Amino acid sequence: MPHLDADVLVIGAGAAGMYAAIAAANAGADVLLVDKSIVGRGGATIMAQMTVAAALNQDGDDGWLKHHRDTLKAGRGLCNEELSEILCKEAPDRIRELDAWKVGWARREDGKINGVMAPGHSVPRCVYVDFLNTGPAVARTMRVKVSRTKGVRRVSGLSVREIVVHEGRAIGAVAVNVDDGQVVTIAAKAVVMAAGGLTKLFRRNSASANMGGDAYAIALRAGASLLDMEFPQFFPIGHLAPRLVGMDPIMWDPFRYKLGGRLLNGNMDEFLENYGFSDGGKYTATRDETAYAIVRENEAGRGSPAGGAYLSFTHVPEAELRRAFGPVIDLLAENGIDLTQNAVEVAPIAHYHMGGIRVDGEMATDVPGLYAAGEAVGGANGANRLSGNAIPEAFVFGERAGRFAAAMAAGRALVWEEAAAAPALALIGEIDARAEAGGTGPTATIGELWFEVQEMMWEKVGLMRDEASLTAALERLREIRTNDLATVPLSPGHAHNTTVEDWFDLRNAVEVAECIALAALNRRESRGAHQRLDYTATDPEFDRNQVLRLSGTEIVADWVPVVHTDTSLEEVA
Amino acid sequence: MSATAKLSVKRGTPEHTYDEEFDIPYSEGMSILDALMWIHAHADSTLAVRYSCINANACKECSVMVNGKVTYACTARLSREGDRVEPLPTKTLVRDLVTDTLPAKETLASVLAGSR
Ligand SMILES: Cc1cc2nc3c(=O)[nH]c(=O)nc-3n(C[C@H](O)[C@H](O)[C@H](O)COP(=O)(O)OP(=O)(O)OC[C@H]3O[C@@H](n4cnc5c(N)ncnc54)[C@H](O)[C@@H]3O)c2cc1C
Ligand code: FES
Repeated sequence: MPHLDADVLVIGAGAAGMYAAIAAANAGADVLLVDKSIVGRGGATIMAQMTVAAALNQDGDDGWLKHHRDTLKAGRGLCNEELSEILCKEAPDRIRELDAWKVGWARREDGKINGVMAPGHSVPRCVYVDFLNTGPAVARTMRVKVSRTKGVRRVSGLSVREIVVHEGRAIGAVAVNVDDGQVVTIAAKAVVMAAGGLTKLFRRNSASANMGGDAYAIALRAGASLLDMEFPQFFPIGHLAPRLVGMDPIMWDPFRYKLGGRLLNGNMDEFLENYGFSDGGKYTATRDETAYAIVRENEAGRGSPAGGAYLSFTHVPEAELRRAFGPVIDLLAENGIDLTQNAVEVAPIAHYHMGGIRVDGEMATDVPGLYAAGEAVGGANGANRLSGNAIPEAFVFGERAGRFAAAMAAGRALVWEEAAAAPALALIGEIDARAEAGGTGPTATIGELWFEVQEMMWEKVGLMRDEASLTAALERLREIRTNDLATVPLSPGHAHNTTVEDWFDLRNAVEVAECIALAALNRRESRGAHQRLDYTATDPEFDRNQVLRLSGTEIVADWVPVVHTDTSLEEVA
Repeated sequence: MSATAKLSVKRGTPEHTYDEEFDIPYSEGMSILDALMWIHAHADSTLAVRYSCINANACKECSVMVNGKVTYACTARLSREGDRVEPLPTKTLVRDLVTDTLPAKETLASVLAGSR
């Protein structure tokens, strides 16, 4: 079996993983950067079309403290302030570094980087690349930077199955080359988990194919703790109808903001203010508030035909639409959408995960040798994330994870212990044997199972949850984990075997789904993105973070106090 | 009212290829990738196709041939009259619609070849 060595292994190559690889290599480490899709293209980063928040303070009216205050306000009392502080403090450095790497941030007339307003921010501080090109520009720039950084080897199409732990330390990983089924072991002095988010677990989502929660499940099984898993974020106005291809479904937000797109219910009435959310003309209602109002309108029978709300720009003059949307107008026309004539339908979709792997300020997890970065990490955004805070989180935490992992690796010898990899290798062998013995006829059992999980997570663990729905979901998830996964038919062949990949994806997805449902059941209140039908108020009793760990095969929950820092208490002008 | 559209897919591995036809529940505006994902979820989970971003047309991983033309599966529309999908003709076939499109310098084989 092939084997690779590295000082630092980085799992996942979105903005966080690529930044980690660059920082670790610049600190002298020999880095292996792997992605189950293609480096720089498989995750959320390349899909992000909007903005990146950073207090560049070009006009003297901003500063990291102010950005931090906005972040804490959105986070509803649950932000780990050590992490949110780092995020806000270091975001400007990373934005300027990307600028030096020629990402192409949009400029103002005076030549400075243009910062715009976004919901929840108190000043214009959200930078972007035109038109709707932020993610692709970031991904391309970082891909080039990674390829030119000495000391980084890249592997695309390599799916990490498990982190290998020996005597309590992470010593590497076991992975499979998807296109030919080749199993490979990797020894590393430090491992960075940067495999992204989990929104694919919900039927309505903005996810790529690779956002099924691998990062959380693999870290959990390696012994790491997960924080705030009850807090996936639902983006309130994801595109719903008509079918829009070639565009990220969350593209409406900046236009709504810039042009004053009106959000209307099925009767063509504005409704946000009926729920006490001030939005009138300014569109400052936060994500959780808007999502909540749309779901309630549908429950009351006032939804749009496809089950969402209307977003209308018909009151905006055509010339102004053209100016704001630029070439996007033509893409919309190809989709049969004419904004001067018709409203589109939008609805909440699963979009981001506030929770995730628990880390300290050096991005170290509870497992020595294991670091984490990006959306995979929990804590910085508390119960609700501000628009534009996720990309800087990937940059800032990625850079730190790489830097601190390299420092850790510098003082250590490489250790490899085949016996520690044996359980992971045995499972891969077992599933392979099952697949080789399987039938060659068409079977969709595993596809249906995936679909069932997504449907169930949406209906029972999604925007509106209660004890009954969460308990039912947990029961079925545990049954899938123990029964269905053990019997679901797989098909033979080592070349890009989708049933085998689906099996390992689903194994992770179900474990993570269970974490979300369990954490949501335990938090008997409503706060931010977590809305319980049976506990509708926010309860100060729950001004705490929830931590999950694996004990044997059981997921166990615990509560910890929120991490506060002194600076967060300072008044900012 | 449930309309269906026929999708013919060229499948198989380099050793053996064959054609298969699927009946896809049709809805206005759906993409070829929507149809392939429907097959994977509800008709035959062994169908292999490379894709990542699904909607954004950003990852550029989903290149295939539709009705004889190279295009992105996620932006090509399914037509009610029926379509044919084949793997890229200029790349080595891996399985079904998946071809050898990973960047050459970042594959496991190339890293193993270069490792100490
Ligand atoms: C459509 C969309 C639009 C967004 N818009 C914005 C925005 O405008 N502003 C903002 O701040 N945020 C936005 N976000 C959120 C933001 O893009 C993400 O939080 C951020 O990019 C995450 O970066 P990451 O590097 O942590 O993860 P990702 O970019 O998701 O990268 C993770 C990588 O890990 C790989 N991977 C997964 N599992 C494995 C495994 N087992 N083995 C190997 N590799 C694996 C994946 O293939 C992927 O390439 C958006 C998200 C989406 C989905
Ligand atoms: S799936 Fe990403 S471009 Fe088609």
